[in-house]
Amino acid sequence: MNDIPLAGTAPKAELKWVGTRGPRPDGLDKVTGRARYGADFRLPGMLVGRVLRSPHAHARIRGIDISKAAALPGVKAIVTRDDFRDMPSEFVPAGEMMVNYRDIVRNVMAREKALYEGHPVAAVAATSASIAREALSLIKVDYEVLPHVIDAAEAMRADAPLLDETMITAGVDPAPTKPSNVAKRMEFSTGDLKAGFAQADFVIERSFATKPVHQGYLEPHACLASVNEAGQAELWCTTQGHFVVRTHCAKLLDMEMSQIRVIATEIGGGFGGKTVVYLEPLALALSSKSKRPVKMVMTREEVFLSTGPTSGAHMKVKIGVRKDGKITAAEAELIYEAGAFQGSPVGPGCMCAFAPYEIENARVIGYDVISNRPKVAAYRAPGAPISEYAVECVIDELAQKLGLDPVEFRLKNGAKAGTRALYGPKFGPIGLVATLEAAKNHPHYSAPLGPNQGRGVASGFWFNIGGESCASLHINEDGSVTLMIGTPDIGGSRASMALMAAETLGIDVAHVRTLIADTDSIGYTFLTGGSRATFATGMATVDAAKAAIRQLCARAAKIWEISEDAVVWEDGHAKPAGQNAATFPPMSLAELAGKAGKTGGPISGHAEINAQGAGPSFGTHIVDVEVDKETGRVDIKRYTVIQDAGKAVHPGYVEGQFQGGAAQGVGWALNEEYVYGADGKLQNAGFLDYRMPVTSDLPMIDTVIVEIPNPAHPFGVRGVGETPIVPPMAAIANAISRAIGTRLCELPMSPPKVLKAMQAHKANGG
Amino acid sequence: MRYEAPETIDAAVALLGSVGRARPLAGGTDLLVQLRAGIVEPDLIVDLKKLPGLRTIAKEKGGFRIGAAVTGAELREHPDLRKVWPGVVEAANLIGSTQIQGRASLGGNLCNASPAADSVPALIAAGATVTIIGPGGQRELAVEAVASGPGKTILAKGEFVTSIFLPARPPRSADAYLRFIPRTEMDIAVVGCGVSLTLDQSGTCTAARVALGAVAERALLVAEAGAALIGSKLDAAAFEKLIAAARKACRPIDDKRGTKVFRIDIAGVLAQRTATIAAERARGQK
Repeated sequence: MNDIPLAGTAPKAELKWVGTRGPRPDGLDKVTGRARYGADFRLPGMLVGRVLRSPHAHARIRGIDISKAAALPGVKAIVTRDDFRDMPSEFVPAGEMMVNYRDIVRNVMAREKALYEGHPVAAVAATSASIAREALSLIKVDYEVLPHVIDAAEAMRADAPLLDETMITAGVDPAPTKPSNVAKRMEFSTGDLKAGFAQADFVIERSFATKPVHQGYLEPHACLASVNEAGQAELWCTTQGHFVVRTHCAKLLDMEMSQIRVIATEIGGGFGGKTVVYLEPLALALSSKSKRPVKMVMTREEVFLSTGPTSGAHMKVKIGVRKDGKITAAEAELIYEAGAFQGSPVGPGCMCAFAPYEIENARVIGYDVISNRPKVAAYRAPGAPISEYAVECVIDELAQKLGLDPVEFRLKNGAKAGTRALYGPKFGPIGLVATLEAAKNHPHYSAPLGPNQGRGVASGFWFNIGGESCASLHINEDGSVTLMIGTPDIGGSRASMALMAAETLGIDVAHVRTLIADTDSIGYTFLTGGSRATFATGMATVDAAKAAIRQLCARAAKIWEISEDAVVWEDGHAKPAGQNAATFPPMSLAELAGKAGKTGGPISGHAEINAQGAGPSFGTHIVDVEVDKETGRVDIKRYTVIQDAGKAVHPGYVEGQFQGGAAQGVGWALNEEYVYGADGKLQNAGFLDYRMPVTSDLPMIDTVIVEIPNPAHPFGVRGVGETPIVPPMAAIANAISRAIGTRLCELPMSPPKVLKAMQAHKANGG
Repeated sequence: MRYEAPETIDAAVALLGSVGRARPLAGGTDLLVQLRAGIVEPDLIVDLKKLPGLRTIAKEKGGFRIGAAVTGAELREHPDLRKVWPGVVEAANLIGSTQIQGRASLGGNLCNASPAADSVPALIAAGATVTIIGPGGQRELAVEAVASGPGKTILAKGEFVTSIFLPARPPRSADAYLRFIPRTEMDIAVVGCGVSLTLDQSGTCTAARVALGAVAERALLVAEAGAALIGSKLDAAAFEKLIAAARKACRPIDDKRGTKVFRIDIAGVLAQRTATIAAERARGQK
């Protein structure tokens, strides 16, 4: 692992804790089995909640008869569509998101229609799992099975079955008169496309297709809800945002937010997929009816059938270049599958597609299309890996056409500070060029390749976000520090918060413990997503620590009987601000904490912020593959991730994020796909046949952390969690194309497809 | 659902014949998964692991008699078996993870009757036979005759496999098994191939058996593929015939694990690669 401090970017002050690789605060409990995940909570009198799911991909629900199930001894509550109020179709703010509760209420419980196999139709709470299972079999649902459509391209056809008979495509002027499965059309453009292509010496246009892929978190969705007779609720759940869970549940169940306390459990992976509600409103409704605690845990099959994934897509990308290597124009059309309800990440897909490049004339058109499969959920840099995969493949092909090194070609056109992105803003200091330079200079890039091997390169971009975060920092009587935050820790953020607090306070990080506070114990905090936790909650943490320091200084001033402005905080100690102020010996944080009772009471610092100035993160990946020419099987031989972290607060976790993104990208690139039968039913709802990579499929993934500080953050943090999933698919596609001499434009690049491509290439004289 | 673990063969036969929906249990690595998925709902489970001989590997007539409930891990750790039948052991050891290896058995892999079972093509290539016991007494059968289709065997009500017999080997004999999976571990064969062969002192192949998995409704013994090797020095021409014979024997389906066309292609590739490994092993013996 190489950390490359770049000239001129070294932090001004010497840092003692930020940038160190201390032990993982969550590690011990996780490896010893003590960590309590969503399914690990129990309450006296707890019931088992189970969901009845549609066996059909598309069916009208004519009636639901629960009478037999309700009469079964041991069944304490049943909920169906009748237990949830309908909501109007409008996009309203939920925290920082715009959501459509008409769709959310239908996704958690089918109303008029079941829109995918696995769509919840009813839920039961019973005294045992076997009674719950029996009760489900006693619920009679009268379905009128309808024709279904799975693929977005087919869903766009005029004769496709309609999921929502009222859906009129938004963003088209004049509005269409007929309903369709196209929820929305969007367009981003700049410059003069025609003139741009006219200047080009070469133009390459290709069509691409990708498949929906699941986030693949190891921990299935799970929750425990308890509602008392007064309507006060407690909810333990595995989530990336317990405040968002509270918002949605309050809305769906007509409850006041103050009546719902949500406790985020330890989380076994989320990757964006745990930013939505599935079981939580059902468990609360069942508990509310039965007045007993209700626990619900999905099986792996249910996770595949009814949660996530990210979109599959059909795309066209066209890019023109001059002989000197300058891109003159670029155009893309992106069709993203949203699943059963609108809201694919095609918007960010459009915005990110050409973001790594300075292109004067560009246009991206996107379509959000619904079909009979589970509603997509966020998955690391939602939308970006799909469109950037297509663009980065064409970039690679252009480099080949021009006879240019693919890194050099990117350097010629790469975005830098001052480049205006297609989606609007001008970039501040960014690290794309630095990652490309680091790639060029990395020993991997010049290492010799063996037979049947190829090397691919791709770059990637993700915005990163800021947003609302709170932090409460309590100075304990013994001088230790408890830090409470509201962003669940999915990637090591408790460690980075502790490091930033320790750095600011000037104390040993061993004395700082970070906790994820429940929704009643800290102010509203938006979810962990958008790579925002270390950036935004980190800013709140630093502010909270500074607030505590002001208090500590005031207490010292009181003890010394000098004015508050005459005290400074240095190295974990209050000191008189110079000879003129006074000559008292410095007082440590622990000393001041011990005297807090006599100097005014407990000392805490708080911060409630809306963090602005998130810094985008760029990455460049290098990968070597070896292709078995007889079987089409692809082996990943070597992999290097280079990414701008702004500042790596805990480099070990940052490297983990880089490696994890690359590992997930290998699965996306090579083997992961949903296999549907002609009946619209999913055939591979499990890890055996949904082929995510296993450890032995991966080489040790090398990492390089580039640090171009984000000026908006006290330590320069950008956020690193999402960008690592953006480049792998194109990097691997580019490597395969260089190994076999022909290009695949469809994911996954599974052995049958690679073999077929090689055979076709050979038949064409390749 | 009742669970019984009889200690005599007679008691096991009586139990399995007594109840309508009775299932024998060895390692349980298939049965428990099927139970959980609701695919089977037996009234009675008869655990065979306490029966005499079901968990032992014994030398017999120069060969090996392997109890039906012997696990993959036990096969691997046997001091001699791996030297004589490396292909059978490597096939059994491809099934599942290390944890599964501690439970999964040859008998279970055979009687689960998955067309993609890894150990079955290796056992067929090895010319292995099984001993079956039931209400009608005991009988012997070639391994390739046990499965009749996906999840189906020729075993009659109350019958179960007690042991698998691997015969004695002439000198310069070896076997091998390869499977194709898109990943490196934790997957089900898209195609599997077992080859067992014998060479004479000049290096001419005097006997060969080739079996393919996951290319038909059950694992196949491909006599023409074996014949393609017999009498040859395992040269390019013989391999070409082997590849053609292996591909010709395939009658696969398109499913979530692979396409027809791909399986037929890969069957030929694997037949050649497996035969090459078996030949190298046979040549390596002095």
